[in-house]
Amino acid sequence: MAVTVERSTRASRGFALILCAGLIALATIPFWGEAGTMRLIAEMSYYLALAQLWNLLAGYAGLVSVGQQAFVGLGAYSLFYLTSQFDIHPLLALLLAGIVTAAISLPMALVVFRLRGAYFAVGTWVLAETFQLGVSLIRPLGGGSGMTLTPAIVRQIAPDRAGREMIVYWIALAIVVLVFAIVYFLLRSRHGLALTAIRDSEAASESLGVDTLRTKLMIYVVTAACTGFTGAFIFLQKLRLSPEAGFSVNDWTVVVIFMVVIGGIGTLEGPILGMLVYFALREVLANYGSWYLIVLGVVAVAIMLKAQDGLWGLIAKRFNLHLFAIRRHLVRSSGTTTGASGF
Amino acid sequence: MDNVNILIQGGLLGGLYALFAIGLSLSFGIMRLVNIAHGDLIVLAAYVGLIAVGAGMPALWTLVVVIPVMFVLGYALQRGLLNFTLSGGLLPPLLVTFGISIIIENALLEAFGPQTYRLQAGAIETQSVQLGGGIAVGVYPLLVFATAIVGIAALQLLFYRTRLGRAFRAVSDDAGTAELMGINNRHLYALAMAIAMIFTALAGILMAIRTTFDPAAGPIRLIFAFEAVIIGGLGNLWGTLIGGMVLGIAQALGAALSPTWQILAGHIAFLIILVVRPNGLFPRTRD
Repeated sequence: MAVTVERSTRASRGFALILCAGLIALATIPFWGEAGTMRLIAEMSYYLALAQLWNLLAGYAGLVSVGQQAFVGLGAYSLFYLTSQFDIHPLLALLLAGIVTAAISLPMALVVFRLRGAYFAVGTWVLAETFQLGVSLIRPLGGGSGMTLTPAIVRQIAPDRAGREMIVYWIALAIVVLVFAIVYFLLRSRHGLALTAIRDSEAASESLGVDTLRTKLMIYVVTAACTGFTGAFIFLQKLRLSPEAGFSVNDWTVVVIFMVVIGGIGTLEGPILGMLVYFALREVLANYGSWYLIVLGVVAVAIMLKAQDGLWGLIAKRFNLHLFAIRRHLVRSSGTTTGASGF
Repeated sequence: MDNVNILIQGGLLGGLYALFAIGLSLSFGIMRLVNIAHGDLIVLAAYVGLIAVGAGMPALWTLVVVIPVMFVLGYALQRGLLNFTLSGGLLPPLLVTFGISIIIENALLEAFGPQTYRLQAGAIETQSVQLGGGIAVGVYPLLVFATAIVGIAALQLLFYRTRLGRAFRAVSDDAGTAELMGINNRHLYALAMAIAMIFTALAGILMAIRTTFDPAAGPIRLIFAFEAVIIGGLGNLWGTLIGGMVLGIAQALGAALSPTWQILAGHIAFLIILVVRPNGLFPRTRD
């Protein structure tokens, strides 16, 4: 019986169309929407990017990091330092910040890759703390009080405020598209297959010739680059950077982990759903102080105990729905897709 | 003499770090569970002590209340929640304890507010003994260090001289076979967490007398505990004590340089040891 491998499904093709239409609609908002809406969407965008990157690291490569704030802070500090000391254009400095962060992540990997599993998690956290304490001792980086982007630097993006807000908003959208594209194509490539194999059994995949260390290292560095880039963008928008803000574990890791866990870890769709749930909860519980974090914690614990694949996992199982074509389906020549063959 | 003084103060501080670390080490050793909420549980114990002090108890005497409370809490937490995370790979225990950590931190924030507290233990805080040569050692740091030594010795006795200890070791080596031999793993895990929480309670109260604490004080305690465990070597309690001392001495040396260097010096010492000796100074079991 002849069998062919198919990647996209009807759902994924339909979703791709909806996605494109939605993106175009979002991109036009500066022409008719309010500045407040744009700021909210920009914030949702960079959180979605951070969530997808943590998901790539933890959900696909099994590298559960509690130290993403290290990359965010390093990216942000790179941007502030490059623009203020070398007069580099802020938009170029954004890209350079990603590269600098990736370069620093290599020696970081040398240290944390010696730890496995949960110890890796705490190890990444210690590194992030070390960076935060270290940066606050460095004078050219503003020490404990931090740095500010001067108006002269900011005006390089666009001379007027409206123009800047528009460009910043578009960059936010571009970051999400870029991060999703990188993760999507990475997972569709042979590295994606290697990752799936590692996730299912590290020992077995190694015996079949998968270079697990190299694959994980590559994912770690790619994540560092993209997270550093996103972090630089976040603080380009905020204009003000301090060690506490740049290396905040709560803002850049805790919240992000909750989004991914609630939405569904190890799926591309999960972070989107989790990000929406997070922002909805934050709005609803805005007047109750830190209660929204308690509620998020309870929901995340419940999900880990009862439905490990998160909200999206429940939907995907119920409707056999996969919106991103990263799986492979075996299709008989007659054209019927076989049941649970996706992997 | 200054340098000797720094070494002694730092080494004694290591006793407190060993107490932070014992609970973490026990839950990893017996059920391979790395409890991310460990630091927050230490701080929770301090707040339970704060309530007891508010009810009129002297600071050190609050242990009479805090230890049983944390013991029961540990049993319930393991039996009611954490046991269900142990069969499904790496993510569930890690992320569930991570969630618990955030819940405890923010619940404490709601209940007690962001201000810092400290427990006052009276005269013992300032008493010291002269060692000669101009070196004086505080009675309180000595007491904390002695507590760590007695605690570890007691645990060694428990593990190697009692029936319960044999069961713990059996479950640690091979949980499946131990269960076939008639051991009730769920009960045993819960008991292990309860025993770990005795040390969490000790660590919480002894910390609260030494330094101030607030709801966000947990994570750094988890990190100190983790550093002591890794420096000392996984699965070796005496190693953990030495790991705590190495950490304490590194911090004391850093603090002598400048107060801002204290914690950073500890992290750097940890990272160096991790690179040079990935399995710690005295490894026993391998992950």
